[in-house]
Amino acid sequence: MSSMASPAARSAIRPPMAGAIPGVVAVNTFREAVRDRILYNLIFFALVMMGAAILVGQISIGIERLVIVNLGLSAISIFGLIMAIFIGVSLVSKEIEKRTLYSLLAKPVRRWEFLVGRYAGLLLTLVVNTSLMTMGLAGALLYVSRHFERGDASILLAVYFILLQLALVTALALFFSCFSTPVLSTLYTIGIYVAGIFANDIHAIGQFTRNPAMEAVTRVVYYLLPNFHNFNIIAAASHGEAVPFSLIWQNTVYAALYVAVVLIAAAAVFSRRNLK
Amino acid sequence: MTTPAIEIEGLTKDYATGFWRKRMRRSLDNLTLQVEEGEVFGFLGPNGAGKTTTIKLLMGLIFPTAGTARVRGQSIHDVRMHREIGFLPEQPYFYDYLTARELLDYYARFFGYSAGERRERVHRFLERVGLASAGDTQLRKFSKGMLQRAGIAQAILHDPRVIFLDEPMSGLDPVGRREVRDIILELKQQGRTVFFSTHILSDAEMLCDRVAVLVGGKLRGVGAPGDIVSMEIQGMEILFEASHAEALPRGFAGRATQIGGRFRIEVPEAELYDSLDQLRGWGARILSVTPIRPTLEDYFFGLVDRGKADRLPEEVTAR
Amino acid sequence: MSAASQVGRNWGAVAAVPVLLAAIAMLQVRIDMQTRSAAQQKEELVLSSGPMLQKMSLGYDSLLADIYWTRAVQYYGGKLRDMSRDYSLLPGLLDITTTLDPHLLVAYRFGAIFLSEPPPGGAGRVDLAIKLEERGIKANPDAWDLDANRGFLYYWHLKDYAKASAAYLDAARNPKAPQMMRMMAARITEKGGDLDTSMAIWAQYFTSSKDPRVLKTARDHIEGLQALKDERAIDALSQRYYASFGKYPTSTKELRDAGMLNGIPLDPTGIPYIIEPGGKSRLDPSSTVIVEIPPKLPNEK
Repeated sequence: MSSMASPAARSAIRPPMAGAIPGVVAVNTFREAVRDRILYNLIFFALVMMGAAILVGQISIGIERLVIVNLGLSAISIFGLIMAIFIGVSLVSKEIEKRTLYSLLAKPVRRWEFLVGRYAGLLLTLVVNTSLMTMGLAGALLYVSRHFERGDASILLAVYFILLQLALVTALALFFSCFSTPVLSTLYTIGIYVAGIFANDIHAIGQFTRNPAMEAVTRVVYYLLPNFHNFNIIAAASHGEAVPFSLIWQNTVYAALYVAVVLIAAAAVFSRRNLK
Repeated sequence: MTTPAIEIEGLTKDYATGFWRKRMRRSLDNLTLQVEEGEVFGFLGPNGAGKTTTIKLLMGLIFPTAGTARVRGQSIHDVRMHREIGFLPEQPYFYDYLTARELLDYYARFFGYSAGERRERVHRFLERVGLASAGDTQLRKFSKGMLQRAGIAQAILHDPRVIFLDEPMSGLDPVGRREVRDIILELKQQGRTVFFSTHILSDAEMLCDRVAVLVGGKLRGVGAPGDIVSMEIQGMEILFEASHAEALPRGFAGRATQIGGRFRIEVPEAELYDSLDQLRGWGARILSVTPIRPTLEDYFFGLVDRGKADRLPEEVTAR
Repeated sequence: MSAASQVGRNWGAVAAVPVLLAAIAMLQVRIDMQTRSAAQQKEELVLSSGPMLQKMSLGYDSLLADIYWTRAVQYYGGKLRDMSRDYSLLPGLLDITTTLDPHLLVAYRFGAIFLSEPPPGGAGRVDLAIKLEERGIKANPDAWDLDANRGFLYYWHLKDYAKASAAYLDAARNPKAPQMMRMMAARITEKGGDLDTSMAIWAQYFTSSKDPRVLKTARDHIEGLQALKDERAIDALSQRYYASFGKYPTSTKELRDAGMLNGIPLDPTGIPYIIEPGGKSRLDPSSTVIVEIPPKLPNEK
């Protein structure tokens, strides 16, 4: 029977570097997603989409490349959203439900470090997945037209914007996961996403009514909601249009700030939560 | 006086219940307790008594309504305290997509070991709990006993000074229970403090330096099992055989129970020798004489029964 | 129940499934036959508002545009194949497509063809085709070819030479447009509907496309115009022959023998022209060339 080492501090426990703990949780979250077979199904469907895009080009006129870009980017966007929401809403609630959190939180890890790690892990998964699907898109383009055009660079930009969107949606899903069940969290997240797309219209309606109270309310709602329409440049990408650099960095900062707000709120909620 | 390993003062936990969350249910009431370094401390009580609530409060999984607690001098609200403690939850569940080796490696990363140290520790503790051959099997394929062993491994692989075990024997077969007992004793030998909750009283009797009994959220009694058990001798038990089938002597007839060819009778301590003389005169063959002591179980149930009424916890000390 | 018969029952149930499925399929065939004979289903665009669809598309509007464009193409193709004269859904489909994606140039280019060609080759709505190009130019100021298309529509279908010339001039304003735009505008103003102008306009309108269907249409039209041109030239020679010899030639060989032609004139498909009694030349009946009478200026003979 082998015995345990003497408790003398032969190897003293050194505190890990700042930021290392979230990284540890992130890598494990990524591993969890990879071993979950749902990921492979989604990639398969995405590749089917690429095939369908090639087919549509055959039965239409003049849009062989266009429809590959449109359908491909839309598929990347939709599947990314599905994954962000589906996995995101159980990021925290699954650990609570399954009680894996009991043994984890007994370790020297702060609750916010755990949250950030879960978030980063899912984001990493989304980036990897999106990259794979983008390669599929590039492959389909090459298949149809045998070369790339200069305007195709805007496709990469559109993918980047899609990732910004996904970063926001993931943060929202994680936030709800801290205190709600997966089903409700899904509804809330989808609700905010759709509202965010129509944010412009909400704002416009308020101005249309000429009622100062309504205008004020809708203006506040407009600025509070994450404005997802900012990030939609699929149409521009499919026509190879250039996107001004100011738009790129402004949207990046917007997404980063909004994610920070949501994560701080999530940490605040989760830090006080009594786990059942 | 050295700092106690665990100090609990006035720890209280209320839960809001009812549809509107208006009514309060007190699941832990003003618990005050100290556990010394190197003790093996048993935390006993019926289901729902608040044992798991106490441990969850100490682990920081839930937050107290009132009161404080410290482990090795550090407040339970300080995350650095967790470097020195290990925790095995009741019916542990781990990430079932990981192998045992991956699980231990994952947890080890929270302590800042180098890669080599981590590898060595994971290997050593897998062996210690007897999972070396199952190290690369996914946890979803583990039996309950194996999961429990993995749980112990993750609780101790960073050499914590204080180890908390919530119902560590539950669901284990006798072999598994023996192994857990051995590990607890080994931890004690190394000078570590072990705090475990259980409702298997014989385990507590065998392992613990001291026990506390919790009933209905309140502490009912604290003391060493030996002290509790030697409280008083309730009588003497005599086992004897009858040499012939005649009726038992007067005075014994109604009180003796018969098992096969043997008889058993309980007599008060003071009457022991008189009874023995009588039996021998009658021609019985004495088989054994044993004092009847209350077990921890009796003590326990006595406290549980009295738990309905409000009483101060009794401190049982050696006479 | 014995174990063997229990297993037997399971397999029996499983084997029944394909039989049941076959029965369901046969029933479906019956049901379909009934509903098809019941009514010619009225075709409808259930959602006809472009802006509303755009809102509903949740940001995937350019993809939806591709889908609606494909639907328009399939609709047109189907009607064409069936030789139908009813293209009523076409304007709506094109309207939705271009609302969802105003930059889908191919929809403006081809949509105008689908709309302007006379039935059964198209919807026969030149007005809508012109409107479509106008919308296209507004959303894509750089697409000078849409203006050129407008010019074509005014010229060929509406015979409005003033507007046609103006449209070609609009196209010429774009620095990317070739010089020919300006030349077209001038030529139309000057010569109106003569054959060469028409041929040049057909050539410009269509050969900018790589689509084989479009190229064929252009080739057909150009061949037809060439044939017309040839016929007029032969007719003129025919009159000279009559003036010289007092009778009309009966074939082009006689014109050649008389030294008026260097060889036997062939139509664009390589078949010689024939001359009817009365000196009028025409295509050989076996020729596949289709002739459309081009628009004439009022003062042209």
